[in-house]
Amino acid sequence: MTKILALTGADAAAEAMRQVHPDVVAAYPITPQTGIVQTYSSFVADGLVDTEMVTVESEHSAMSAVVGAASAGARAMTATSANGLALMWEIVYIAASYRLPIVAPVVNRALSGPINIHCDHSDSMGCRDSGWIQLFSENTQETYDNIIQAVKIGENKDVMLPVMITLDGFIISHVMERVEALEDEEVSKFVGTFTAKYPLLDVDNPVTYGPLDLQDYYFEHKRQQYQAMQNSADVIKNVGKEFGALSGRYYDLLELHKMEDAEFAIIALGSTAGTAKYLVDQMRNEGKKVGMIKIRSFRPFPIEDLRLAVKKLKGLSVLDRSISFGAKGGPVFVEVESALFRTGIDIPVLNYIYGLGGRDITPTEMRISFSDLEKAVKGEKFPAVQFIGLRG
Amino acid sequence: MKEMLEIRWHGRGGQGAKTAADLLAQAAIHQGKFAQGFPEYGPERMGAPMRSYDRISEKPITIHSAVEYPDIVIILDQTLLKNIPVTSGLKKDGIILINSSKDGKEIRELLKTDIGSLFIVDANKISKETIGRELPNTPLIGALIKVTKIMPLEPFLKDLTKKFEKKFSDKIIEGNINAVKRAFEEVKEHVQ
Repeated sequence: MTKILALTGADAAAEAMRQVHPDVVAAYPITPQTGIVQTYSSFVADGLVDTEMVTVESEHSAMSAVVGAASAGARAMTATSANGLALMWEIVYIAASYRLPIVAPVVNRALSGPINIHCDHSDSMGCRDSGWIQLFSENTQETYDNIIQAVKIGENKDVMLPVMITLDGFIISHVMERVEALEDEEVSKFVGTFTAKYPLLDVDNPVTYGPLDLQDYYFEHKRQQYQAMQNSADVIKNVGKEFGALSGRYYDLLELHKMEDAEFAIIALGSTAGTAKYLVDQMRNEGKKVGMIKIRSFRPFPIEDLRLAVKKLKGLSVLDRSISFGAKGGPVFVEVESALFRTGIDIPVLNYIYGLGGRDITPTEMRISFSDLEKAVKGEKFPAVQFIGLRG
Repeated sequence: MKEMLEIRWHGRGGQGAKTAADLLAQAAIHQGKFAQGFPEYGPERMGAPMRSYDRISEKPITIHSAVEYPDIVIILDQTLLKNIPVTSGLKKDGIILINSSKDGKEIRELLKTDIGSLFIVDANKISKETIGRELPNTPLIGALIKVTKIMPLEPFLKDLTKKFEKKFSDKIIEGNINAVKRAFEEVKEHVQ
């Protein structure tokens, strides 16, 4: 049974969390994440959930508390944005290395400084090597759907990793949209109950979390983490199919929009992927053979799927909502280029940095990423990195 | 109805442009449509000019940028006409709906354009007489419903009651309902 709800992205996240019904939520408010925790707190206060809500004094403590809870065997969640995620930093790595399937919505916001509360992906991108699975949500519906799937992905015995579900700050967290929600029982059944393999509170089988791990075992543990992340790709696909069978909404590592006969395509993440779809539809009406590739899973990065998706293209543009100072291009661009390197796919790949600190990107502005490609295939040269929507 | 209706609200902080955009989107969604309602978040201050947006469609909406080319602009405060380009990007056959006590000729002079059709309602006066203070947002939705027939009035009023029940007294809710109904009746087109 489907319920149609009008929810903001933040409320959709809180609603998904309510239905998952974690044992512990520890969080500290930060704009634009606040809505999630505020709404979830009211669910706790109203007795709709019996989650242990830990109102900590900082994000460092929030992540520490969920690490403690998950080690003990609880299903634990937190949520944050930007500087909050930065303050969690050392514990973000620890959550992944302890193999704790924590789920954390991250409402994407620009990192300071100068201080800015609006959307870009610099916060999540900073965590791309931390060992967390990272799924980007395009809209409120996907925020809701991804949080439910994240529980099942992270807790899979071949994965056992924390999962970050991103949603664009304000653009998605604060937009009122239509959400098709599942019934509580459907979600409960889908996520099942969590039984930790080595819970800290199992006193009959005592274990230690976080002891000194030097030359003798640290390396092997990292190798296992590497394998877990490799394994997660198939699990994400399978959970996406299972969720599709339940909801009618199927998910994969990538989403392809009008790519069957496309000559040119753009790659985007998050809400911009939706705006790119709108532009592609407009340009299709004008007779242009264009398409869009949405990277839903940034970690693990869908290398093989991407190669398959682009192999017939004449040109590809990559949109980055964050900057990697000193690198060849933005984080998404660098991943894409590396995935295509030495595969025989030798097409122009252009990089556009846009939307830092919440700067809006319109379909009109986005057109340049297609018109440049038409020129690039004719031999015109472009700088390694270009900027959309930048003044001066 | 067009494939997708795009609306831009112009108001000042505290006049309820955000609430209006949310209310309208929510009502549209509850009536089976696809919709978005969102404000343009800046450094919000009471009285500072601000914008909010709605998109309403029979089909899923994928675009997530601010509205560039609105079908409708709604102006909550006539003093904005002096400094804010309220008709920027408005489609040629677009609609301008304004809360004003001025006559159409005077408003057209302030708008400095003949674009679109102009509809006027004195939402300040209506809200003062029904709610007790100047809150032009809900009556403007009443006027919008009349002008665009975007949805029937009754289900919207039910939705408004449900949303306001959590926050406001029966008296305020009743005032808002009367304000919406009166604006629905009183909105007038200015024909050039």
